[in-house]
Amino acid sequence: MTQTDAFTFDAPEEAEPMSPGQLMRRRALNHTGFLIGSGIIVTLALIAIFAPLIAPHDPFVQSLSSRMLPPVWDPAGSWDHLLGTDQNGRDYLSRLIYGTRVSISIGLGAATVGLLIGVTLGVVAGYFGGWVDHAVSFALTAQLALPGLLLAMALVFIIGPSIWVVIGIIGVLHWTYYLVVTRAATQRLRNLDFVAAATASGATPRQVIWHEILPNLIPQIIVIFTFELGIAILAEASLSFLGVGIQPPTPSWGLMIAEGKQAMFYRPWLVVLPGLSLFTLVIGANLMGDGLRDITAPEGRN
Amino acid sequence: MGKLLEIKDLSVGLPLPAGLLHAVRGASIGLDRGEALGIVGESGSGKSMTALALMRLLPQRAVQGGSITFDGVDLGTLSDAQFSQGFLGHRIAMIFQEPMTSLNPVYTIGRQLTEGAVRYGGYSEAAARKRALALLDRVGIPDPVARLSQYPHQLSGGQRQRVMIAMALMLEPELLIADEPTTALDVTVQAQILDLLAGLRREMGMAMILITHDLAVVAEQSDRVAVMYGGEVIEEGEAQAVMAEPAHPYTQALLSAIPRMDGPPRQLGAIPGTVPSLLSPPKGCVFAPRCAYVRAECVAARPPLLGDSAHSRLCILTDAERPARAPAAPIRADHVMGKQDVPVIDGRDITQVFTSRKGMFGPKHTIRAVDGVSLTLKRGETLALVGESGSGKSTLARIMLGLALPTSGTVEMLGRPVADLLPLERAALVQPIFQDPYSSLNPRRTLAEIIARPLTLRGTDDTATIATKTREAMEMVRLPSRLLHSYPSQLSGGQRQRVAIARALVTRPQALVCDEPTSALDVSVQAQILNLLTELQAELGLSCLVITHDMAVVHQVADRVAVMLGGRLVEEGTCDAVLRSPSNEYTARLLAAAPQFRPEVSGVQETFA
Repeated sequence: MTQTDAFTFDAPEEAEPMSPGQLMRRRALNHTGFLIGSGIIVTLALIAIFAPLIAPHDPFVQSLSSRMLPPVWDPAGSWDHLLGTDQNGRDYLSRLIYGTRVSISIGLGAATVGLLIGVTLGVVAGYFGGWVDHAVSFALTAQLALPGLLLAMALVFIIGPSIWVVIGIIGVLHWTYYLVVTRAATQRLRNLDFVAAATASGATPRQVIWHEILPNLIPQIIVIFTFELGIAILAEASLSFLGVGIQPPTPSWGLMIAEGKQAMFYRPWLVVLPGLSLFTLVIGANLMGDGLRDITAPEGRN
Repeated sequence: MGKLLEIKDLSVGLPLPAGLLHAVRGASIGLDRGEALGIVGESGSGKSMTALALMRLLPQRAVQGGSITFDGVDLGTLSDAQFSQGFLGHRIAMIFQEPMTSLNPVYTIGRQLTEGAVRYGGYSEAAARKRALALLDRVGIPDPVARLSQYPHQLSGGQRQRVMIAMALMLEPELLIADEPTTALDVTVQAQILDLLAGLRREMGMAMILITHDLAVVAEQSDRVAVMYGGEVIEEGEAQAVMAEPAHPYTQALLSAIPRMDGPPRQLGAIPGTVPSLLSPPKGCVFAPRCAYVRAECVAARPPLLGDSAHSRLCILTDAERPARAPAAPIRADHVMGKQDVPVIDGRDITQVFTSRKGMFGPKHTIRAVDGVSLTLKRGETLALVGESGSGKSTLARIMLGLALPTSGTVEMLGRPVADLLPLERAALVQPIFQDPYSSLNPRRTLAEIIARPLTLRGTDDTATIATKTREAMEMVRLPSRLLHSYPSQLSGGQRQRVAIARALVTRPQALVCDEPTSALDVSVQAQILNLLTELQAELGLSCLVITHDMAVVHQVADRVAVMLGGRLVEEGTCDAVLRSPSNEYTARLLAAAPQFRPEVSGVQETFA
């Protein structure tokens, strides 16, 4: 409140105020969390896109003579395989690099599928209320009552594993957070006077939802999206670890952890390296999400 | 014997991300035993911060300076524990603005009343209960024995505020601080609570600090007044003297901004500009940027404290230099002159019944919010719809706007039933202005988008025309075009309300429905908005339906008045007739309850004669 007064009073009449774009850029450059998070995500995205150019070896070529070589910092390691090799003698660094592709596409894909389902249901339930709300709430309760991982395993098993199936199934099972948050926010927003003002100006419910309500949900949606991005990546890792996700020999971080677990105690890097990669990606996504929420909110809160 | 309370050079700073906010600067206030002091000021003037500093309720990070002496004890030297043991409740008590949230909903009234007295006051359970019963009876709560075992949600807002008062009085404090005690209440309840406080104060010989934005309340209820602006006490003195002969230009401007019930409605004195930023306090006078009599010295150095202890002010103007107040020009000679008899919005026999169920299979519960009301808004007139909360006036407004269809009855706009109108046709006829400018603008849209939205929805103009019309609408409500790409959060409350008005007028509707258009605004901003509405109405020939609870606003803007009570229309007539000689008992009560500003000194009265 006082900050806003400061703005209106202090801004000299002749000075051109900063455009919203400039303000947003300034907020972005001052936000350490956002800079770190987006740095991680952009780097990983570039790695995923240019994987064939970066990877020192073919990730699929097996070499039984050089199985489970240690990384370069180990006395027995060599510069030929920077991060060593796996049980089948495949170059671990190259497999990690290619694994980025799987993790990022599953994370983005599944979080987007969930977003479309959850936000649509949430906004519709919150805006129209009544029996629509009852029906959606019933679907939510039903979804929450189901054991997610078990259901995902069963579905993948029935439909057959492929990256698209995994994206679809993880997405279809992860819309509840979107629904809960957007429904509550919509219920609050639809009673605010600016919605009544839009209706009084002749806006249809569709126009009200798109123009008045959805823009106000963006900060919440971004946060849940990045949160679900992490969850989806981990869900893929779990499915792959359990053997019903990405099928070998496609390199996926979850699968790599699963394959490395037999040798975990005497070749720990087989588990630690893909685990660290997962950790970095999820942290990066969350940092970027929190940052995006802060810098896109024109209220400038926080 | 010294004063009961002596605040010297109090300063409060709040660290914000943008810097230190100087909420209170160098405020000095004294209070005698049994005296009532009113602290008046608009939002952001530091009046509540002063009270919070006194009660040690400031946010943890706040920086405090100066000294507070209570009955000879420097409160600054006490630890928090000593203060709450020796002073809180026993000697200083406070009641808050919002009775709906200041009681804990999960404990009974009785427990909340007696808990403090038993734990800190040395009362036994039985004695505390006895005292609570006596106090509840005194504050006018019927059947106090049964009330003790009730929960806050079973009481009305006015009753809760009475309970809060009883709670504050449990330990017979010597000083009661009331922070906007009646702002959240209906007018008739407000009057009762204020009378109750005045009576209790006399009986118990208590001193009271009444913090309010309402000058009329202060004029009626207090012995002394301190006017705060920008964190400073800019004028202080005996209530009569300050109200009748305000010495500081800000106080003068504030007083002329209040709509008055005596005489014909006049142009309200609006203070140009907005409340200053307290982040970088000025070297000179804090009011200088908005002052009509500003001089070079005002900006260069702090103004001197002039006058005596009976009436002092922080201003460079001496009594002789102070310009005499000129009477403002009346805005209308006659309320009902030149109006046409063509109905713009015509509501007949409107009844609205709300049905709700507890749970999915619970019993039906019906409320008749509006019960057989007929109301006609004629071309070019301003019709005021008056009533207290729960009277159904806002429901009726939504129906008259065409946003909701009534359970039975018809609404016609320019002779066509509203049910047959397309949403866009209806939008071209009538537009709303809402009470809360903070929720009526979409926070994620720029001003340009917000104001142009009705045009975009109509879809008959090209982009260039829309841009031109948006700028015209901004000009019409006197908003600088540099704000075109600002977001609502960057504006003050008054500026936001202007945006809402610009949005309503951009399509040039025939009628406006304004639901409490100024009740969320400060007095000086209310004056700006009421002046603006009056001017625009004359300029554009608008018909206005104004919903309000404030009789002074009615007198200021309305041609005709309709009074609602419990969903029914109890009185309707021209403004003069209804306000001068109300025929209905409820209208008379509303009028009597409205705090009115009556200066006693003849010099001022002449200007309004």
